Amino acid sequence: MVEKKVVIKNETGIHARPASMIVQLANKYGAEVTLEKDGNEVNAKSIMGIMSLGVSKSTEVTVKAEGEDAQGAVDALVELLESGFGE
Amino acid sequence: MSKELMGTAASPGIAIGKVLILEEENLDYQKKTVEDVEGEKVRLHDALEESKEQLQLIKDKVEREMGNDKAEIFQAHLLVLSDPELISAVESKIDSAKVNAEAALDETVEQFATLFANMDNDYMRERASDIRDVGSRILKNLLGIDSINLATLDDEVVLIADDLTPSDTAQVNKDKVLGFATKIGGRTSHTAIMARSLELPAVVGVSEILDIVENGDQIIVDGVDGDIIINPTDEQLASYNKKAEEYEQRKARLAQLKDLAGETKDGHRVELVANIGTPKDVKGALTNGAEGIGLFRSEFLYMDRDSFPTEEEQFESYKEVAEKMEGPVVIRTLDIGGDKELSYLDLPEEMNPFLGYRAIRICLDRTDIFKTQLRAILRASAYGEVKIMYPMISALEQLRAANGVLEEVKEELKAENVDFDENLEVGMMIEIPAAAMIADILAKETDFFSIGTNDLIQYTTATDRMNENISHLYQPFHPALLRLIKRVVEAAHGEGNWAGMCGEMAGDKRLAPYLLGVGLDEFSMSAVSIPEVKDQIRNMTLEDAKEIAQKALTFSTAEEVEAFLSNI
Repeated sequence: MVEKKVVIKNETGIHARPASMIVQLANKYGAEVTLEKDGNEVNAKSIMGIMSLGVSKSTEVTVKAEGEDAQGAVDALVELLESGFGE
Repeated sequence: MSKELMGTAASPGIAIGKVLILEEENLDYQKKTVEDVEGEKVRLHDALEESKEQLQLIKDKVEREMGNDKAEIFQAHLLVLSDPELISAVESKIDSAKVNAEAALDETVEQFATLFANMDNDYMRERASDIRDVGSRILKNLLGIDSINLATLDDEVVLIADDLTPSDTAQVNKDKVLGFATKIGGRTSHTAIMARSLELPAVVGVSEILDIVENGDQIIVDGVDGDIIINPTDEQLASYNKKAEEYEQRKARLAQLKDLAGETKDGHRVELVANIGTPKDVKGALTNGAEGIGLFRSEFLYMDRDSFPTEEEQFESYKEVAEKMEGPVVIRTLDIGGDKELSYLDLPEEMNPFLGYRAIRICLDRTDIFKTQLRAILRASAYGEVKIMYPMISALEQLRAANGVLEEVKEELKAENVDFDENLEVGMMIEIPAAAMIADILAKETDFFSIGTNDLIQYTTATDRMNENISHLYQPFHPALLRLIKRVVEAAHGEGNWAGMCGEMAGDKRLAPYLLGVGLDEFSMSAVSIPEVKDQIRNMTLEDAKEIAQKALTFSTAEEVEAFLSNI
């Protein structure tokens, strides 16, 4: 299991567009990838799962992955989340 | 047998073609117990695949024609279709409850939608309707209902509907859709405005239409006179084909006026400018010979998205328009509320939204939103002849408060060494009778007025313009309107200011002589109306117009005024 914490920076949190970007990126990896916020853990390949977390600006989420390319998946997702989704 | 109906002519031109009725589909299904659970899962996956193909087509088209921003929501919809949590939840319901795919899907979608509907964030609550939208699409495909996809029609059609939603009109393919006729709406309804901007013939407010037409009927939509003919006789067809041809010829003749000025025979110049919603509309404005933009409805930059546009995004849009237009560009500050909502701004439900929390009333309360917009407009003023216009001012205090915020923003920009036009003109709309009555006072603290007739008629005659039972009371020719307009123009001139008009009345060629006669300086309208109004103005003298205006003011009823002005 690989995991890393990240704080969401973009103004509007994880709304539809960032959630789409997360799912599309997670789908590139075979590993099981999840996002966790306040003890709620959701599948990072599920757009409804991610959006149901209701992540707003300045909240901390944990990216976790398990499987062969887990390290790559976590690194890529953390980079995306830290980039503020280009906003 | 042929059948004739009447409605409101909403967008000029003649469409002759086959009827396609857009209606709400019936998505009722029977909940059934099934033995073959694997078979149900196959049906589910087939429906998901079909839904994906349909959405992909819509997404590609929207992306091509309206840009990535507008297509994003469809990308999210596509991801819902392949959401592993959704699919496994539906599958396990089929397995455990042994129900058909329709029931398993519908119940699961509702669970997800409810989850979102109960979240404590407006934006997320709104997403419940997106999930239901995707769910209905899958259900339709399960039920084998062929939904009409406006983006990918095969045949040429005339669309008939109760009303068209913004998402319907966004998908319309102009090569296939010849025109519209709707049951509800008036000249200023969304359908009418969209039809004019798409340059498609349309008749709205045809109350009986859905009771009479059937898919495949032949129909004539006469957007010039507001007539509808269903299954016309050969004679009618021949006569309308001729009328359509004459209309096209007239349009071609008017197109030649494009580069000529809005000038009377005796050399009196007025400005003929266009109303636009987004930078994309500049093209239509230029094609129709607009000398500038008299109304940039900035609220369109705020609509169909899930968060406020940033200062940078707004600046880019304002700058684009300012650079493309050689003449002035009047940007109206955010006019939201009334019938225009933003999904991410939680406005309370109101009994009388048109009399409620809207436009400048919101902006003066939420100065954070207002300041971001003013900064963007001011920055764009370095790139063209930009002017600022406030909507819905009813009293001097509001005008002063708005100007106060503007001054603050100017100081901020100066402190940051950001370029802007320090002499940019600042004006207001006159759309509330109270403002019209104190126009002389307001003129002292503004540079210009623009009369917003759609709301001014509504407020002056106390007539809800969307209510078809009283639409006859919504009267541009009402003597009260003529008097208010004259008063406002005179008040502006009294302070050396200019006066314009940006409501639908400015584009009604019957009113042009009156408006010219009372001294209106600027006429701002849907771009397609400019050639007709220009033709009218170029064929008269200012003296003629003044006489007509004086005469028009002597009548006692709207009917008399309309009859007089229609027969000039």
